[in-house]
Amino acid sequence: MPKDRPMSIADDLQALGQSNPIEFRGETTINVGLSSLYAILQRCKELGYELLLDISSLDHMGSEPRFEMVYELATLDDSKHLRVKAKVAEGVDVPSAVKLWKTANWHEREVYDMMGIKFSGHPQMERILMWEGFPYFPLRKDFPLAGKESEMPDVAFSGVAPLEGGPFVTSPGSTRETGEPRAKGES
Amino acid sequence: MSEEKLTLSHAAYDSKIEGNIIITRVDAAINWMRKNSLWPMPMGLACCAIELMATASSRFDISRFGAEVMRFSPRQADVMIVAGTVTYKMALAVKRIWDQMPEPKWCIAMGACASSGGMYRSYAVLQGIDRLIPVDVYISGCPPRPEALIEGLMKLQRKIEGEESFKAQKQEPANA
Repeated sequence: MPKDRPMSIADDLQALGQSNPIEFRGETTINVGLSSLYAILQRCKELGYELLLDISSLDHMGSEPRFEMVYELATLDDSKHLRVKAKVAEGVDVPSAVKLWKTANWHEREVYDMMGIKFSGHPQMERILMWEGFPYFPLRKDFPLAGKESEMPDVAFSGVAPLEGGPFVTSPGSTRETGEPRAKGES
Repeated sequence: MSEEKLTLSHAAYDSKIEGNIIITRVDAAINWMRKNSLWPMPMGLACCAIELMATASSRFDISRFGAEVMRFSPRQADVMIVAGTVTYKMALAVKRIWDQMPEPKWCIAMGACASSGGMYRSYAVLQGIDRLIPVDVYISGCPPRPEALIEGLMKLQRKIEGEESFKAQKQEPANA
């Protein structure tokens, strides 16, 4: 690779051994297997992807493997952006990226908290948003938006939120002014 | 003769004393003192807290109603203003701070979230602080304007005026 010219994303993909990336609206995504995920991420770091923008996860409930990890990588100097995806089956651990990017620490804790995917090699695999002991993973597709009841004495409890018939109501099919949310009995 | 004169002078109008005496009920006096010196515990949890701060500052000036002494220690506060979204994670902390406030104490639920969970019909949000602590005044709005908070404070003052404070003081505490 000549040193006088900056590496393009195509060069990076070649160096990563990825022949068929997904291009969509100028964004590049590569799908990798879970077994090679850590090696690919490590190689990305070596290629100059110093910034881990985000780690997120998807729940493809009903298909196998159920979950998918998404890593958003970027370079600092020439704004290259690369997305790395890996499918994860339920109950399978994902290798932690904390050794590569320290920011992965909280992102991975959030993924664990919300989706229930565990990371092997993470220094502190605990919940980050919900309290320790909360029995559910709220961003899974089979968790209702209204929530479920849970009880931890002296720590926290949770209940089910009413999703309709709240204290404020809107009247459908009316003008904008009368259709504004109003307290019950005043609309 | 001189003794009788003295008694008479006591029974008669004394301009030095009479002008400085107010005849009232104990309840009215206690309530008058309480309602005009409400020290708030600002439980600011979300955007409503910004309006609470605006209410405290010069343009709206909550001190006109005697409630400018924001106390960040619950032990020095009279009224807890729950301003914002109460998540389940925060809920028991709010309850704990409420429990630390000495009687008499009141609670204002400021805004839609504190009153009912507001737009957060979600697994993470307590659907109204009244599920944990007794609320005296609910203020609608998202967030309410400072005028609305002041109106709520005045409503609370009206409520305090009607309380039987003297009777409550003579009662044994329920959980003693």
